[in-house]
Amino acid sequence: MRPRYGWIALSCAAILSFAACAKQATEGESTTTSKPTLSGTIRVDGSSTVLPISEAIAEDFQKQNPQVQVTVGKSGTGGGFKKFANGEIDITGASRPIREEEDALCKKNGVEYIEIPIAYDAMAVVVNPQNTWCDSLTVAELKKIWEPAAQGKIKNWSQVRSGFPNEPLTLFGAGTDSGTFDYFTAAIVGEEKASRGDYTASEDDDILVQGVSRTKGALGYFGLAYYENNQDKLKLVAIDNGSGPVKPSRETVLDGTYQPLARPLFLYVNVKALDRPEVTEFIKFALANAGKLSDEVGYIGLPEQVYELVSHRVEKRIKGSAFGAHGSQVGVKLEDLYKIEEASEKGAQ
Amino acid sequence: MIQVVSTPRWRAREYRREQIFQLVGALIVLFALTTLVVLLTKILLDGFMRLNPEFFANFPSRRAEQAGIKAALVGSAYLLLLTAAIAIPIGVGAALYLEEFARRNWFTRMVEINITNLAGVPSVIYGLLGLQVFVRTLMMDRSLLAGACTMALLALPVIITASREGLRTVPKSLRDGSLALGATQWQTVRYTVLPVAMPSILTGVILSLSRVVGETAPLLVIGAVVYIGTLPDSLFSSFTVLPVQIYSWTTRPQHAFQENAAAGIIVLLALLLTMNALAIYLRNRYQKRLPI
Repeated sequence: MRPRYGWIALSCAAILSFAACAKQATEGESTTTSKPTLSGTIRVDGSSTVLPISEAIAEDFQKQNPQVQVTVGKSGTGGGFKKFANGEIDITGASRPIREEEDALCKKNGVEYIEIPIAYDAMAVVVNPQNTWCDSLTVAELKKIWEPAAQGKIKNWSQVRSGFPNEPLTLFGAGTDSGTFDYFTAAIVGEEKASRGDYTASEDDDILVQGVSRTKGALGYFGLAYYENNQDKLKLVAIDNGSGPVKPSRETVLDGTYQPLARPLFLYVNVKALDRPEVTEFIKFALANAGKLSDEVGYIGLPEQVYELVSHRVEKRIKGSAFGAHGSQVGVKLEDLYKIEEASEKGAQ
Repeated sequence: MIQVVSTPRWRAREYRREQIFQLVGALIVLFALTTLVVLLTKILLDGFMRLNPEFFANFPSRRAEQAGIKAALVGSAYLLLLTAAIAIPIGVGAALYLEEFARRNWFTRMVEINITNLAGVPSVIYGLLGLQVFVRTLMMDRSLLAGACTMALLALPVIITASREGLRTVPKSLRDGSLALGATQWQTVRYTVLPVAMPSILTGVILSLSRVVGETAPLLVIGAVVYIGTLPDSLFSSFTVLPVQIYSWTTRPQHAFQENAAAGIIVLLALLLTMNALAIYLRNRYQKRLPI
């Protein structure tokens, strides 16, 4: 009988065709040096929260510049900064400002960066639609529910506020690896990652939506976009931060009244990469379109003036973080951003 | 002690026991199948509407209805071919050496034990290894080649084990016959042993490659991207694959993306079923041609 080695032929063919492709590609790179059309690769990575925005920017930029290859990864804020500090990527998305140790790592590796706020993200606190008693909660009440000391103790709505009915309290919240969890705990409990553990935690927000919509005494928190896509199944709770209950919306986030559960999202761009024309164009494109695209994918675009201020910041190559590299900060308002922007510009002049 | 004498009462009791056991077995099968059917039906209902030509021809997009799996499907195909090209020669070669040429000593025994153990290592560990060795140390970057090398490592233990099983089923009389006719060891392996062992080797190879197609974790670790607007054009291109694209869609808040994910799952399932069917077909086809 004759042995058949079709599969060997197949693998060899695969190797050969790949080698041929590789050769072609390198040849192609050396010939495309003409200036007018942009080429090259832009590597974007980082937070899964920022991903929908960076993906939208990449998609539209790619359409206008077919010669440029834009890739967007999803390593999380922390993972993104690690790659960024190693110089492996050009731009990283972050759902919080850079931390001191991440800043130190960048410095150690000689990576300089410019911080670009790109949109606002708001967190929604929601209850079951059958919940008739709870329209708003104060930050202190939320803290009472979520702080580590509440574990095993606060198990009934009647314990949250006198006047609430005797109804078991079932909690749903973000998984401990998410930026949402970091920010919620920092904003409500006062310490990042400090939370009770006896609640349904999931990285999959759909599970949280299902959970809250099926349990009468449920309370949960997640990104505002998830509420907006499931409005019929959930009831939004207004947050009282000392000046009356406020529900999250575009207006209340932008005027700074929905606090402390709104946060800015950022892109960090490597200054060295910014010297490449395609990266400069990408950042310009991002700043010109971020407002519209953020709204489209479920976030809240910043006011135009902020994008203009940031454009100046990029043009003047003002490096570093306007937040002093202190990580999650609660209650960051646009007014503060302006002040910091102005201060840092003055400082650089 | 097992009762040897069979009394009518004893037989009736044993018969009842057997009936209970069969009932329990049937219930377990029913439970497993129902779960599977419910899952598949839900996926099919959710995703079937999205399975149109554009879904295969479009790159990812923020608009769910315009998003497609072109980059992911092509990335998966390239990754599969490249992984096969790396893993099959090494895997089958290693099995041939261990089974046909190597002396049995402490070294080969150690290699064998390690290969068996490697088959049980969680895939994400291979991802971490690939990140350090291929992406960073060998400077392959987050490329198709680095992905394929990592996946080849993942596939190797299964390929080697399956190939050795296949080689062991070849009767010693065939080898002896070939050697007695004056064939060298290599000729014996090449013309007698390999053709007979081929069905088992092929089955092992295809099953391990279908595992590669379904893997997500190691590729996420070594840095497969979730958005890419171009197809890979060289060994060093960035890439994405189907499971990563599906995973990325499932984490979106909009329901339309969930439908995309379901449609992606249907495509992935179809691909896996085709590969497994191919494995069965090849095994049956080659087995019929055996001279023994």
